[in-house]
Amino acid sequence: MFSRAYKTIVTVPPLLWVAVFLLVPYLLMFCYSFWSVSPAQVIVRSWNFENYRELLQKPVYWQTLLRSMWIAARVTLFSLLLGYPLAYFLSFYASKRKDLLYQLVIIPLWVSYLVRAYAWKTILGSEGVLNTLLQYVHLTSHPLDFFLYSPFAVVLTLTHIYTPFTFLPIYAALEHIPRNLVEASQDLGATPPQTFWKVIFPLSISGVLAGATFAFVLSLGDFLAPLLLGGPSGIMISNIVVSLFGAAYNWPLGAAISLCMLLLVVSLLFLSERLEKKWSFS
Amino acid sequence: MTSTVTSSSAVAANRSTAKPTLLSIRNVAKTFGRNVVLRNISLEIAEGEFLTILGESGSGKTTLLRIIAGFESATSGELWMGAERLDQQPPYRRRVNTVFQHYALFPHLTVEQNVGYGLRVAKRPEAEVAQRVAEALDKVKMTAFAKSKPSKISGGQQQRVALARALVNRPRLLLLDEPLSALDANLRRQMQVELKSLQREVGIAFVFVTHDQEEAMVMSDRIALLRSGELEQVATPREIYSQPDTAYVAQFIGHTNLLKGNIRNSVAQCGSLSWSSSLSEGPALFSLRPEHIRLANAGASPRSVRVRGRIVHQAFHGATELIRVACADGLVLVVRTAGENALKNESEVELEFSADDAIPVRESPERI
Repeated sequence: MFSRAYKTIVTVPPLLWVAVFLLVPYLLMFCYSFWSVSPAQVIVRSWNFENYRELLQKPVYWQTLLRSMWIAARVTLFSLLLGYPLAYFLSFYASKRKDLLYQLVIIPLWVSYLVRAYAWKTILGSEGVLNTLLQYVHLTSHPLDFFLYSPFAVVLTLTHIYTPFTFLPIYAALEHIPRNLVEASQDLGATPPQTFWKVIFPLSISGVLAGATFAFVLSLGDFLAPLLLGGPSGIMISNIVVSLFGAAYNWPLGAAISLCMLLLVVSLLFLSERLEKKWSFS
Repeated sequence: MTSTVTSSSAVAANRSTAKPTLLSIRNVAKTFGRNVVLRNISLEIAEGEFLTILGESGSGKTTLLRIIAGFESATSGELWMGAERLDQQPPYRRRVNTVFQHYALFPHLTVEQNVGYGLRVAKRPEAEVAQRVAEALDKVKMTAFAKSKPSKISGGQQQRVALARALVNRPRLLLLDEPLSALDANLRRQMQVELKSLQREVGIAFVFVTHDQEEAMVMSDRIALLRSGELEQVATPREIYSQPDTAYVAQFIGHTNLLKGNIRNSVAQCGSLSWSSSLSEGPALFSLRPEHIRLANAGASPRSVRVRGRIVHQAFHGATELIRVACADGLVLVVRTAGENALKNESEVELEFSADDAIPVRESPERI
């Protein structure tokens, strides 16, 4: 149907783009992860497993990874707990206000990530909205400082930022459920809670999985929220990578961590895709 | 057979005579905003009856069914099942089950789990569920597919599963929303027969919604013909065909010739046709079925009306042939003749019919 020349013109630029800006950097990263830095701060291109050995031996790395995963897991859970009821309400009960409410959920995505993260800083800080309020109602006499610079602040901010990402696929999955299935369930004697757990929820699992994957993967790799709001106890794995590539000037070790993260995320995506397929019916 | 169908007998037909009433629909009306979908529907459904709600698309037949099932609430009116006010119950408390137009089988459950759904949500013991599901699947000949997912079976098979899923709950009333409309013609005819015999076997009252008048005729004990949200006539298939109340009914059920005319001095005059009539004076409308008109032969009976015309169109149906005959002053009659007659187009014919077969009908008023 299309000429060979046309196909070439259309397909080559994107392929070239992917090759230059994705495959080559990854390949370089792969190489770096097997190199090392000399005491004189020079990259030594001798192949060895030193970086990976260090990752396994120094507890700080895998402890930070585990904490990152724990933070990401909590963000995922809270985003689902917020996103699912919202999507459910919008899909089944919003009727006329559906489009408006949908836009209201989407609009925060248009606001810069930094602005949203800073907003929480002004809310949670010692001079912030929350502390001012607590002092005003005399629940406390001096500003509480455990809100900001803690894993709690990171989880809160990331949950706020990634809830729309869980909302969207869940909403899409719920919208795809034929309403006559809900009617059939009621017709067969199922009460509304039974209908929800036996029909609606199972048919929305693919959306839940997609949303959970978004929230988990995106927050696992986040470094801005912990940087702005995390403090020393809220450091995540990406902050370590950032400092290794920056101030610490240890690109090889940074590359090794990045590669491990990449493998982790890719296998998560693979797993979630498999599960989503298992739970999609059409 | 020239007796007028009086309004009192039409009302009587809304009640079924022999068997006790199962569901009574009283003055049900439904409006969506300014749109009136149903008005003043009163209908009684008897135990074990096969009632068809027949109507064109937009006549409100599906809305009526959804009101009985509980998916829509009536704007006014009541539903009674025995001493129980049905319209105030949520759908899941009504002993009514539905076979949906597109079957609405749960895609994440197997055939067996679909059929067992109603019993499981009612928390019946698992042994009983297994036994009743097996019986129901056996009844619709779907035992071999018990472990299949609905997406893996054909439309006709899904239809059977939907039927089993509804019947396994032993409802008092089964609602069927155009369940055969998605099937091809052959399968459809086969399912009509199966559905009817299944209904006799289980003895549950069926309310069947369709727009297909032939399907309605073949399957029903009674037909309720709905037009623009109002019941036009409720009667047995035979009655509704041979004694249509209105011109709309006569035209909707089968073919007919509508003859418009006047009664004066005990003579009905429709264009060039005339016959003696005992009807009251004034304008009149008659329905004359094509099969009641025949090619004239020598010995004329006293009540026969004769007319000459020219064949202008032929439609061969096999056993019979429908011909259009243009007569004097623009009158065109549709005539059903035996297929083997092999009449020539454009040929002159003489037709006759018995005046008794011209059934007086009421004009159907325009409705919005």
